[in-house]
Amino acid sequence: MCLGIPMQVVEIDGDIGYVESGGVKRKVGLMLLEDVKVGDWVIVHAGFAIEKIDPEEAIGTLELIREGAGRLDIPEGQKGGDS
Amino acid sequence: MNPYRDPEKFRELALQLSQFDAGRRIRLMEVCGTHTMNIRRFGIHNLLPPGVELLSGPGCPVCVSDNSYIDQAIELTKFDDVIVVTFGDMVRVPGSYESLESARSAGGDVRVVYSPLDALEIARENPDKKVVFLAVGFETTVPTISATILRAEDLGIGNFYVLPGHKLIIPALEALLSGDNEIDGFILPGHVSAVIGVEVYREVLERHKVPGVVTGFEPVDILMGILMLLNAIKDGRFLLGNEYSRVVLNEGNRKALELIWRVFEPEDTPWRGLGVIPMSGLKLRDEFSHRDIRSVVHIEPPPPREHPGCRCGDVLQGKIKPDECPLFDTVCTPDNPVGPCMVSSEGSCHAYFKYR
Amino acid sequence: MPISNTDRILLSHGGGGRRTEELIKNVFAKYLANPILDGMDDAAFLGESELRTFFSGGAGRVNGLVFTTDSFVVKPLFFPGGDIGRLAVSGTVNDIAVMGARPIALSAAFILEEGLKISELESVLESMSATLREADVQVVTADTKVVERGRGEGVYISMSGIGMVEVSPPPSLRRIEPGDVLIINGPIGLHGLAVMLERQGMEFEGKIESDVAPLWGLVSSVLGPEIKFMRDPTRGGLAMTLNEIADATGLGIVIDENLIPITPEVETVSELLGIEPIEIANEGKVLMVVARERADEVLEKMKMHRHGREAAVIGEVTDSTGGRVVMRTKLGTTKIVSKPVGETLPRIC
Repeated sequence: MCLGIPMQVVEIDGDIGYVESGGVKRKVGLMLLEDVKVGDWVIVHAGFAIEKIDPEEAIGTLELIREGAGRLDIPEGQKGGDS
Repeated sequence: MNPYRDPEKFRELALQLSQFDAGRRIRLMEVCGTHTMNIRRFGIHNLLPPGVELLSGPGCPVCVSDNSYIDQAIELTKFDDVIVVTFGDMVRVPGSYESLESARSAGGDVRVVYSPLDALEIARENPDKKVVFLAVGFETTVPTISATILRAEDLGIGNFYVLPGHKLIIPALEALLSGDNEIDGFILPGHVSAVIGVEVYREVLERHKVPGVVTGFEPVDILMGILMLLNAIKDGRFLLGNEYSRVVLNEGNRKALELIWRVFEPEDTPWRGLGVIPMSGLKLRDEFSHRDIRSVVHIEPPPPREHPGCRCGDVLQGKIKPDECPLFDTVCTPDNPVGPCMVSSEGSCHAYFKYR
Repeated sequence: MPISNTDRILLSHGGGGRRTEELIKNVFAKYLANPILDGMDDAAFLGESELRTFFSGGAGRVNGLVFTTDSFVVKPLFFPGGDIGRLAVSGTVNDIAVMGARPIALSAAFILEEGLKISELESVLESMSATLREADVQVVTADTKVVERGRGEGVYISMSGIGMVEVSPPPSLRRIEPGDVLIINGPIGLHGLAVMLERQGMEFEGKIESDVAPLWGLVSSVLGPEIKFMRDPTRGGLAMTLNEIADATGLGIVIDENLIPITPEVETVSELLGIEPIEIANEGKVLMVVARERADEVLEKMKMHRHGREAAVIGEVTDSTGGRVVMRTKLGTTKIVSKPVGETLPRIC
């Protein structure tokens, strides 16, 4: 129900920031995030950054594919707390 | 190259999926329109092994909004001093009598934006008009509306209003599972979960013994989500999984949740096909009720009605597949949609039609 | 000499009197003048000598005339990469060019809205004039009307054109056969997206400029009997054009997503707004259906032209898909490409 795509934060001015991806820059609201930094990747939905993307988790999930050649399973609650 | 679009990883998983031996009929439901769209855009629906079915649930805010919401929005376009601002999704949805597109051709000022912040900008530029934003969407979109309303307060932009039409996902799952549906597992919505987290699903899913996996939207994500579910179902194991852990935290996005509850509170609301579901919608808290357009403009739409043959409601509950509706591809097509499931590009019927 | 102390279009500019005359002389003629138009006749006379001039580059044999008409109502009048003037000339020229014909004469009817800034009109005309030069064609007859404020969007342009077919046999849907190869001359989706972003004030920064361009030069550089069919994928984009071909021929089409030229900017914005690049309008693109054995040669020639540098083979005609347009996705899966519905709208879902 909610289109969101990963973009990188390149500029922050209080509650408003600029994100970039594929040569496209857009102003977004940062009001939904705590301590977001320039360089962070975020999911952008309806002109707002709705959540940060954790690069380590991104890789971790992919590694599970290799391990699980015949059998794919990811433990519950793999990611706890803030990271 | 986004690794979650890597054709090689995709092929690896597609092979696993095609070799999966279900041994019986397994019905998975996705409750997010973007999943519905992407499953078809990426051609994943053509990879399912025998016995495995994907159903499209009530995940498209346009589809689940009942006609009375559109009818109210259309009434608003009839006021000369009102500008109706909306996400593009809503423009072609037929209400009881007409769509916003036809209301616009009749002279209504209807504008399409990408972000509610753009609507606030329109309000700032048109101080002599009442600018009303059609606030639809699930928990992903709600905090963006909250933030925009708070910004309007901060900046003293008094002519910005909303017509609240938000929906909440957990009460909808409860309603679905309490009905006579045979759903074996849920592909849970990645971006809604980014806001509400993973744990909130546990109570309802455990009680009904139906597993769910929070799933991202890239092709590799979707295949992983499906495989995790299928494996759990085959083992008869309950699972509340999180495939999309790079974005979704167990407890969700605290700040976004705070924003939702600071501005809105739950209320009973009607869903297309599911009827009124208790505490499944949102209204503005008293403190912000002056931002509801209905506090300043009196609208009285004619009584809502539904097309008698349209089975959008049954499609949304997974009771029938789109092509089992007698209107599908006969009188109801994307060019001439009868119901919202056909009009919204993420509606199940539209997606079925487009990517058969 | 400025037009009687006004910098805006007045209703009287359309009245047919002195003001009209002044507008034509001081504004239109400045940009569109040529011997035939200057005659100020009610219709353009294209005598043998005029035709020979226009026809100088031709093979000397007339294979037929083509005659086309189109209206241009784009909003806003100016958008990144172009404006309504360049769009009108390009649109008309391209409709002629895809028939395998050299554009030889155009007509232009302007419907101006009262209150339009004359400087804006001049910008449109200047751009038209430059595009006409680029396409090596002239406006030989023209007309202007003024409508009351509120009854137009500044400028509407209605344009017709005549072309002479320079190839035999001319391109035609009837000539398409299984095995023919599909070539497009560059990245898709630019025009529709540039106009939409400008119109909706979407504020995406990035290089998304309309591809609007007259394509006769490109087309003539490859023209030959091996070009079975051409069409400019405007409204409805590539998806519409491919389906039109499939519908008309009863043949199927297979395209490969990996091969379709697209800029990263168009890809990103399309994802953000939930729209399909192959459904977005182009105004400087031509889709060619080419005999397989000559496809490489045509592609090489296209790449030498400035409007064809990023030309690519994107797929082929087939009799194996039951008359459907099928896309092989980047993931190796397949899906049906259907006709787009109505106006392209950004969505959040």
